Amino acid sequence: MSALFLETPASGKAAGKYLTFILGTCAYGIPILKVREIIRLLDITPIPRMPEYVRGVINLRGKIVPVIDLRMKFGLPNTTTTNRTCIIVTHVVMDSSPKLMGLIVDALEEVYQINPEDMEPAPDFGKSAPTGYIQNMAKTKGQVKALLNIDQIVQDDHVILPLHDIAQATAATTAATSQG
Amino acid sequence: MRKDSEEQIGEIPLELKADLDPELVEDFISDAREQLENIEQGTLALEIDEQDQEVIHTLFRAFHTFKGNASFLEFTAISQLAHMLESLLEGAREERLRINSVIIEIILKSRDTLQQFVDEIEEQLTGKKTRQIVHIPTAALKASIKFILTGDSVVSRPASAPNATEPAQAPLKEAATPAMSTDEARTAGSTYKSSNALQAVKVATAKLDGLVDLAGELVIAQSLIVQNISSTSLGDHSLTRNLDQLNRISKELQRTAMSMRMVPIRSTLQKMHRLVRDIAAQQKKKVRLVLEGEDTEVDRNIVEKIGDPLMHMVCNAVDHAIELPERRAAMGKPSTGTIFLRAYHKSGNIIIEVQDDGVGLNRERILEKAIKNGSLKPGSTPDDKELLSLILQPGFSTASVVTAISGRGVGLDVVQKNIAKLRGKIDIKSVPGQGTTFTLRLPLTLAIIDGLIIRVGGRRYILPTISVRESFHPGSCAITSLPGGVELVEMRKELIPLLRLREYFQLNESPADARGGIMVVIESDGQKRCLLADELVGKQEVVIKNLGEVFKTDPMVSGGAILGDGCVGLILDASALVHLEHASSELKLAI
Repeated sequence: MSALFLETPASGKAAGKYLTFILGTCAYGIPILKVREIIRLLDITPIPRMPEYVRGVINLRGKIVPVIDLRMKFGLPNTTTTNRTCIIVTHVVMDSSPKLMGLIVDALEEVYQINPEDMEPAPDFGKSAPTGYIQNMAKTKGQVKALLNIDQIVQDDHVILPLHDIAQATAATTAATSQG
Repeated sequence: MRKDSEEQIGEIPLELKADLDPELVEDFISDAREQLENIEQGTLALEIDEQDQEVIHTLFRAFHTFKGNASFLEFTAISQLAHMLESLLEGAREERLRINSVIIEIILKSRDTLQQFVDEIEEQLTGKKTRQIVHIPTAALKASIKFILTGDSVVSRPASAPNATEPAQAPLKEAATPAMSTDEARTAGSTYKSSNALQAVKVATAKLDGLVDLAGELVIAQSLIVQNISSTSLGDHSLTRNLDQLNRISKELQRTAMSMRMVPIRSTLQKMHRLVRDIAAQQKKKVRLVLEGEDTEVDRNIVEKIGDPLMHMVCNAVDHAIELPERRAAMGKPSTGTIFLRAYHKSGNIIIEVQDDGVGLNRERILEKAIKNGSLKPGSTPDDKELLSLILQPGFSTASVVTAISGRGVGLDVVQKNIAKLRGKIDIKSVPGQGTTFTLRLPLTLAIIDGLIIRVGGRRYILPTISVRESFHPGSCAITSLPGGVELVEMRKELIPLLRLREYFQLNESPADARGGIMVVIESDGQKRCLLADELVGKQEVVIKNLGEVFKTDPMVSGGAILGDGCVGLILDASALVHLEHASSELKLAI
């Protein structure tokens, strides 16, 4: 089973089948081998005092799976959920052990075979936001899709908010509320 | 296989080849561990009755299996040593050789060497160590086995026999080879028989956990269906009957799935035999270990984690409690000390007792030490239970307090901490001159807790019932506000810091008035906190689940659980809650 959780190489062009989805106006893709299943948006239990894009946890047939909102994570403007909004449950590799992680996306597109000749390394956008997660850009049917490295997204330091930050943040808010 | 019978006396390095199938090696490791345990138990049994043919045969078989498995993977260093031991036991079986303490020592040492190999292989396989060639000395052991074998047969050899060459080896080789084939047939027959008797299947824990998860979901889904149906078609008797039947089956399925995680505590207790034997021998004491209730079943997580604390306690008992034989005789006690290790179930807990008939705890010295290091005020008179439990606190090295023997005194505070982590408790009873009993009380499983479900905002949270002291309506108590946002609740002349969960969780919904809602007092590590929640929903036994690494950093949420309607409820950690910023220990002001 564990052999399936392929760790995406940090660089290079991984050709193969990609599941593509929409966030805002752009299309993104993740390797189909990283996808466990796709489920409708169900009741999410929020975790207190977590960054906003960590939406909480869901019950996936008895397993508790954390869910993050990719739109918020990428700093895209918030929109209302539609009936096309769904959760992609993915296999991610964190601290070299496989985990499940749900990603909320606006809508699914389809599964594409993407060949190496259709890929280009992600351009250097400077230090601005989500570009670090983009591994390659792919051109299919006249559209450009950003191929994401989801391991990188969860590996990102900001997902795991350092403990003292939380403590300080609360100390500040508690003080503020009690004075008011 | 044949190659193995050619004995090489020198050191053989062991290499974990890159192309080895990891699954095969994993199987080898798990099987090897089982054999090692059999070998240890067998050898210790042999120490009591040196002529027990059945035990000798078991040992022979264990080494034989070991050898076979190792040579299959081309672990020559291991198979060689196992082969020599096999020959040694074969000699004993055919009564060419008498088992004596020297041979027992060699078997135990070889077992430990084999264990070193297995540990090393495991570490390299799991990536804890980089792959490299393993050098563990085996030559000396093999040489002494050879000396026993050849020395006892025709040729008498000096102690330098290890270096002996060809001539000595030849007869042995011939003797060993034909014997092998008949034994193989016999061994094959008996292993077949024993596997039939066991009728057990090894299952990966992940699969077992998956089954438990699914069984839990089945119960939830089924109860949701029952709710739907019963509102529409109440009159249908056969439907009701069938639903009841379904209900029974799914509950039974859940219970069976949970019980599959339970294993007998036997192997953990049996490991202590060796420990007692080694320490007693080293200190020239005579100690007998008596086990009771080895078949008591407990969650495998607990079995794994109880080993170390138990080992500390048994160590302490042999080291500090049991007196030297002369001293015991002078006191009119039997010269052999006895340590009882008992396990049994009692009211939903597992109880493990470590009882010795040694010196007992010296209350005066505990008191003296406690006053000296400040854990007690001079002049205070704690009751007996409090006094004895002081030795579980940090800084109370049993070595310097209870007896004068210094050395491997293991702090009992570590034991206490480990037991507390398992949500367990330690009780101590001691009679001077007659011995001490440590009683561990542990939950049967770590997977389930008894939870109090509270509602805060639109969400439900679970508090472990074990840390909840009481709950009451806030209207009946006075709340004092201090500068800096600290609020204290006065309850029976005690001031307890208040934590408004709505604010703490940063819920921006309409803030609840402190006069509404419910106060829940929790206690952990001797500190109390008063939580203000919106409502008490109920009590429920819940299966604890991991939230995944992402949320590891929030200490307040210790896990999640699936509630009756299929939603996830978060389990709050009492010890994290009482240690939140305002909960300073100095707030326990008496009024």
